[in-house]
Amino acid sequence: MRKMLTIISNVLRGSASRNGAELVSESSTLRAVLQLLAVQSEYANLTYPHDHDLDPPSLLKDTQPLSPSVEYKALGSGQSSGDSGPHDRPLTDVASSEAIAQKESYVEPVMTSGSSTSEELSMVTLVKERISEREKNIFEKIISPVIDVPPSPALNTGARVVVSARTYADFTPQATFDIKKCDLHKLDEGPPLQAVLSREEGLQYYRTMQTMRRMELKADQLYKQKIIRGFCHLYDGQEACAVGIEAGINLSDHLITAYRAHGYTLTRGGTVREIMAELTGRRGGIAKGKGGSMHMYTKHFYGGNGIVGAQVPLGAGVALACKYLGKNELCVCLYGDGAANQGQIFETYNMASLWKLPCIFICENNKYGMGTSVERAAASTDYYKRGDFIPGLRVDGMDVLCVREATKLAAEHCRSGKGPILMELQTYRYHGHSMSDPGVSYRTRDEIQEVRSKSDPISMLKDRMLSNNMASVEELKEIDVEVRKEIEDAAQFATTDPEPPLDDLCNHIFYNDPPMEVRGTNPWTKLKSVS
Amino acid sequence: MTAPVPCDICIINSILLLQVTVRDALNQAMDEELERDERVFLLGEEVAQYDGAYKVSRGLWKKYGDKRIIDTPITEMGFAGIAVGAAMAGLRPICEFMTFNFSMQAIDQVINSAAKTYYMSAGLQSVPIVFRGPNGASAGVAAQHSQCFAAWYGHCPGLKVVSPWSAEDARGLLKSAIRDDNPVVFLENELMYGVPFEMSEEVQSKDFLIPIGKAKIERQGTHITLVSHSRMVSLCLDAAAVLAKEGIECEVINMRTIRPLDAEAIETSIMKTNHLVTVEGGWPQFGIGAEILARIMEGPAFNYLDSPAVRVTGVDIPMPYAKILEDNSVPQIKDIIFSIKKTLNV
Repeated sequence: MRKMLTIISNVLRGSASRNGAELVSESSTLRAVLQLLAVQSEYANLTYPHDHDLDPPSLLKDTQPLSPSVEYKALGSGQSSGDSGPHDRPLTDVASSEAIAQKESYVEPVMTSGSSTSEELSMVTLVKERISEREKNIFEKIISPVIDVPPSPALNTGARVVVSARTYADFTPQATFDIKKCDLHKLDEGPPLQAVLSREEGLQYYRTMQTMRRMELKADQLYKQKIIRGFCHLYDGQEACAVGIEAGINLSDHLITAYRAHGYTLTRGGTVREIMAELTGRRGGIAKGKGGSMHMYTKHFYGGNGIVGAQVPLGAGVALACKYLGKNELCVCLYGDGAANQGQIFETYNMASLWKLPCIFICENNKYGMGTSVERAAASTDYYKRGDFIPGLRVDGMDVLCVREATKLAAEHCRSGKGPILMELQTYRYHGHSMSDPGVSYRTRDEIQEVRSKSDPISMLKDRMLSNNMASVEELKEIDVEVRKEIEDAAQFATTDPEPPLDDLCNHIFYNDPPMEVRGTNPWTKLKSVS
Repeated sequence: MTAPVPCDICIINSILLLQVTVRDALNQAMDEELERDERVFLLGEEVAQYDGAYKVSRGLWKKYGDKRIIDTPITEMGFAGIAVGAAMAGLRPICEFMTFNFSMQAIDQVINSAAKTYYMSAGLQSVPIVFRGPNGASAGVAAQHSQCFAAWYGHCPGLKVVSPWSAEDARGLLKSAIRDDNPVVFLENELMYGVPFEMSEEVQSKDFLIPIGKAKIERQGTHITLVSHSRMVSLCLDAAAVLAKEGIECEVINMRTIRPLDAEAIETSIMKTNHLVTVEGGWPQFGIGAEILARIMEGPAFNYLDSPAVRVTGVDIPMPYAKILEDNSVPQIKDIIFSIKKTLNV
């Protein structure tokens, strides 16, 4: 057992490279797989007596690269049929496509972890499915660390079984990652070039980002079904911004943003249920259905603001209150590249700087203000410099760690009484401006695809964690499943919760006021309003 | 409440009715509220070291300092937004507009950020803020500095809009506005700042409050109801004094609050007098008078009217500069008297 574990961890560490970027050589990967399977078969031998048919192939004992002509006998614990007929799907030979094509049989990694159940055994039968051409091609193309791309159910099964034997002690508790350098404006020092990520943090960021992503996609779906109406500005693609920022501040700090606010409502304490029910306009919504997509509030989160740019002076006002009340809190004040040209933002820069308000101005530059690209809207697209006398930094907004480190620096700057600071987060939105915008008339589908494949924030975090042994594929898949369930439940709630009662129509006009009368649509209709 | 004071001083005190200008009443109200609640602060152009553009905040900066009395740059949209944000985060700002004409630059923050937020958040986020400053016509300041915004702000749910006339109004209503947990637009009048009014001891007390939403009958009458707000109340009282000599007794109602409008007080009065004339300084179309008349038509008082209700308003033009033109752009006493007589058919 220990030997198996040692080998596996050696394999993984040996093949793990930073962010999975380096390709392991073919032969070493092959060796790794062989070693893995050797151990598995050895273990199978140890724990589960089976026929001679199922003896481990002798080749497994040495570490030479596999030659195409070698045949393996199928390993199957307890397979009474002893079916070692030709199997179409070779697994272990990753050396060449011909070899793969020629393979008649394959090694089945059927190791059981000491308590083989009939379920595990029956999993083996699944292994005999025909692998599709496509999967074959993919596997051929990608030579990657062993655990990353299981090309077939068999290896998958094997991987699953193997994983169940691992304990949390096997995962790396934390790792250091290089992050991109930030461009600086009137700042001597930027954030550090390396970020430390603990396993717990990584899992939490992953879960939150995945929740955000799925929530937005579900909202897209509900909108197309006409269950959500009006405005719906989706945040998918930009998850690293919301999660990274929240990781750099405390819940006792304050935050305000514009209308693309679902992600922030989540990070600031809202639940998916409340958010979705607000989108569908039900009484269980975070604003009882009276606000909608753009007007969601939680403690120390001031929305959700529909008027472009208006939230920036509001945020500075919140920062003024922080300074006035002396609670060492700050306000994060977000706006987009489109809003960055608003006059009131410059008015706010001036006052925030004059009065040294603890305000972090953050421009989420997703390259398009509605349908107008930044080059067509701004004479200077260096948004981090637009604060002029306010120090600024430009940050990779697709990397949650980069955002977090920059936010920590900015927070430190504010809390030390130096006044406001400006961050530009370079990010991207996959959806159009809102649900009524397909998002392809002013940009190409290729561009969207490119960002999705090369810079997706969730994939980036996932790759980092997997290639550094901070989590397993299974674990992350489990999180995905849980997230999916949470979203489904929330969507279910959001579509079945009743709409607000008509009695609520005129309520919440004034706070802390006696009940009053409100004129209805005609002089005879007098409606009641309570605080 | 009565302390044992020697009799002669007691008598002197009660004889001495304090004469307080509207300006001083506003100043004292702010001073007392700043003292009472740490969270109250004043911001605006020239409110601190200049003592206020119209000297309404004289002495406050010296007493309370930079933290509580804040001079802003000339950036209405920015500082109004900052004031609203501060209110959202727990402070109680008084945001001064040098005149309400400049509030147009910031009107988005007043309406969309302040007025609507409590409703949009279904009660999660309140905005306890006061926007104050001089409103309406002044003297010789021409078109861009003379507009009356009572109707504009009075139009919007989520706002309370008050328009004091006397020093007592100014004091009581400003205190109520500052203590109110909702956005209040406080429309002063520059021409009234220097006018002295008698202030009784009761009014001088630190907790003297006038409820927002209640009108006051300044003069009892029987033949006709005059409804007005702000400076025009003075003109109505003057007109009433003139008509009294002719045997016409006018009931003058000082609205005090534009929104919520005290329709009940007006209706009760009409049921007594059977005639109505409203008087305002602003433009006629979609104005204060228009709203009052519509409400009376829709309400029980309509059946008590013996003649159609009419409005006396400012002339429907931008304000000219030349004195003779300016004088003829706003209601004068003779215009009010003329309208009353026409309504009464005398």
